[in-house]
Amino acid sequence: MKPPPPGITESAWLRLNKRAVLDRRWATISLYTGIAITAVIAALSLAAPFLGLRDPLATDLMNALAPPSSEFLFGTDDLGRDIFSRVLHAGRIDLVFGIVTTYVSLVIGLLIGALSGYFGGIIDTIIMRIVDLVISFPFIILILTIAAIVGPGLAGAYIGVIAVSWALYARLTRGEMLAIRRREFILNAETLGYGTPRIIFVHALPNLLRANLVFSMSDIVLNILTLAALSYLGLGVAPPTPEWGEMIAQGQKNLLNAWWISTLPGLVIVLAGVGFSLIGDGLADRLDDSGR
Amino acid sequence: MSLLAFTGRRLAHSLPVLVIITLAAFSVIHLVPGDPARVMLGSRATDEAVTALREQLGLDKPLVTQYLDFLVNALRLDFGESLFQRASIGPIVAMRAAHSLALVAYSILISLVIAVPLALLSAVRRNLLADHIVRMLTTLAFCMPSFWTALLLVLLFSIRLKFFPTSGLGEGIAGYIASLTLPAVSIGLYLAPILLRSLRASIIQTLTAEYIEAARARGFSEARVLFKHVLRNSLISMLTILGVNVGFLISGAVIVENVFSIPGLGSFMVAAIVQRDYPVIVALTLIFGVVVVIANFLVDLSYAMLDPRIRQ
Amino acid sequence: MMPHTPPPNPLLDVRDLSVGLTNRHVAFLAADRIALQVKTGQSLGLLGESGCGKSITLRALLGLVPHPGEIVGGHIEWKGRDWRSFSHREIMKIRGKEIAMIFQDPASCLNPVFTIGDQTTETLRLKLGLRSKAAQTFAADLLDQVGIPAPAERLRLYPHELSGGMRQRVMIAMAIATEPDLLLADEPTTALDVTIQDQILNLLARLKERTAMSMILVSHDVGVVAQNCDVIAVMYAGRIMESGPARDILQAPRHPYTRGLLAAIPQLRVGAGRPPLKTIAGLPPNPAQLPQGCPFQPRCPSARPECRTIPVTLDRNLPGHGSACPFVN
Repeated sequence: MKPPPPGITESAWLRLNKRAVLDRRWATISLYTGIAITAVIAALSLAAPFLGLRDPLATDLMNALAPPSSEFLFGTDDLGRDIFSRVLHAGRIDLVFGIVTTYVSLVIGLLIGALSGYFGGIIDTIIMRIVDLVISFPFIILILTIAAIVGPGLAGAYIGVIAVSWALYARLTRGEMLAIRRREFILNAETLGYGTPRIIFVHALPNLLRANLVFSMSDIVLNILTLAALSYLGLGVAPPTPEWGEMIAQGQKNLLNAWWISTLPGLVIVLAGVGFSLIGDGLADRLDDSGR
Repeated sequence: MSLLAFTGRRLAHSLPVLVIITLAAFSVIHLVPGDPARVMLGSRATDEAVTALREQLGLDKPLVTQYLDFLVNALRLDFGESLFQRASIGPIVAMRAAHSLALVAYSILISLVIAVPLALLSAVRRNLLADHIVRMLTTLAFCMPSFWTALLLVLLFSIRLKFFPTSGLGEGIAGYIASLTLPAVSIGLYLAPILLRSLRASIIQTLTAEYIEAARARGFSEARVLFKHVLRNSLISMLTILGVNVGFLISGAVIVENVFSIPGLGSFMVAAIVQRDYPVIVALTLIFGVVVVIANFLVDLSYAMLDPRIRQ
Repeated sequence: MMPHTPPPNPLLDVRDLSVGLTNRHVAFLAADRIALQVKTGQSLGLLGESGCGKSITLRALLGLVPHPGEIVGGHIEWKGRDWRSFSHREIMKIRGKEIAMIFQDPASCLNPVFTIGDQTTETLRLKLGLRSKAAQTFAADLLDQVGIPAPAERLRLYPHELSGGMRQRVMIAMAIATEPDLLLADEPTTALDVTIQDQILNLLARLKERTAMSMILVSHDVGVVAQNCDVIAVMYAGRIMESGPARDILQAPRHPYTRGLLAAIPQLRVGAGRPPLKTIAGLPPNPAQLPQGCPFQPRCPSARPECRTIPVTLDRNLPGHGSACPFVN
């Protein structure tokens, strides 16, 4: 911080400088906290089979419906399965699902949106109409329908979620592309005469990626929530494979006497979601250095 | 442009979308791998049963004829029969739609009650402590699965405190509203973070407008500036934000209906999918699509009525 | 018109006013030790390039510096009273009543969802305590005073249904409704056509004469300031570089920046032999990265090493002609 200029009270200058950097401080804290939370959950989940935990599928009716304790960190469910172990193993499925669906959708949406914005005209109109329809339609209905067509299991969930998510990236990218295209084309037309489309894409790509990456963090959260919802409803993952949403469904019948079965997996979902969201917030500030 | 012309134009705009929706709904049965009739009856069905079903559903006719029949029937609100319940789908939908509508309206009310004041607070106290707290709460609520929130509410208010029923619909007006309260709160908490984020951004944008600065320069109190000038402008964007998120709202309603066993369209859809009741799936896909189109249209209409710049 | 007892002189006395702002996580001074004085019936022109701090100075006078910025030093005296002695209520009373402000962009200075009548009568009801019927009549009268034809019908229109010039007149009508002692005009004609500019400036001149209203006119246009102001203060990088009676500044400018500004006015001459356009070399400075001493050094044709070390401030705006440059005369 520079020393206060002459004629300015020290306290006022201090106050002003503090306010100037406050934004950046919050964003940095956000980013690192988010990375920490996400890293811990991801690490634990990925390492789950090697941590010496109890078998997530092993039933132990003697210890059914046991509350959280030092022996069973998260308690056991109605079949005596260790919930902590199940939660970590489920993490592998949920986290991988969130990341894969998000980034596959991102790539698909980026390509379609970029091409749509670049070519414009009737192609753009048709694609954007479809995009608008997909986005405004209740996603769960679409995904449920696709799950019905493809059949039960994770495959239906993957296809369904990707079939809906790409549209958001397409719209985002197309908007950015329109803005860039106007600028680059004017420059090309004036100075170079005829620019190659390749130059446009090389220049455009960093800008296009920026907004998409920030949004992808929220999308990971949404997609994990969607898989959880699908499994809760009986589609998506089939029991006995552990999945966070499915575990919440399992615990519903014992909600009164064994609250931990439904509550704790949900808490983990929230924690993972908050982790990704914080990364998104931090990224948003870092990547958007256009001042205030 | 007059309101009538505006309506006509928006309807014409929606037509291709509606056509796509009918095509999509219609194709659900035909996209399923294998023979649709056999898939519906299961692998152990006899050949006669399959042929009978195929005839009953008109699956032996050419595709175009099937589509046209489907369209004509839909316009007459005839959606065929549910395989599972062996009853006409139309009346079932009508009854369930009423309940879903009540639930959705209640949910919108609750989410507005949560989102509007918090968005105002957050925008006015931008980057200060209040804003950060509201934003953290918003992120938290955003990450909570709707069905999990619902179960927590049930645990707290239904089971421990016994204020509300755990499932189903209540009798009488008070009972009905009471039974819809926890579901509506669940959906409200699910929708609120989405509304809050967009509304906060919109209010911040309005706050930096020159006419707001001019109002302050005229010595109007901050309260007047906020509640008369800013709010009126934000009301318009609030409608748009709601309209844009109708699909999200409906998705939440579908899930929550299942948690509380509310006999609405959402639980009907899920049951139909689990039971492979394809006529119902097709009918509901069509209906949900049309609902979204109507909702968007209504939002545009009210936008046109409220914003004087568009009314001309 | 109400009988008008003239307020004490000077009306507005500003000394050492400094305003801090933030940009891109850096704090800087948008206005640095500003000194101004406005007497009753006098109009002061604040002249300078975009971003020199003239607009933020105006806002500071009304206490409208946007958060996270704030006034970080100096004194403002209004009618002999120090601004720090005013309660928040009193300041709000002064705003829109004794001191009024008009803004630059007619497209965005009126709320688009309320009619002209709604917005005008709102001011009248709140600041003058008029009842609804009386407010309507007075509003129509005001619109007439500012030269809007068919005022009664215009009241029912929305801002987007009026032209830019009309909207600016409405702004002025709302501002003069309370017969303010001081009118702050932030680039009121910049966004208007040249012919309309003239009309608006004439209107302001007439109103000024009628009620002995003082005015601070902010502009980057030398011509506008030259024709309408008794006193001129030239701003650069948040500081007053030179100030004095308009005639003196225009005919015998003492600061190199003022000289550059005046020399840059295109000369209209018919036929061949027109001299080339003189410009001031370089670009306006980044207020967060000003050099030591005089901020104009990098672009000043008369710069010398001592310019880095001299404490550059312009003291009281004396009746005489004050310049911040001790070297050039």
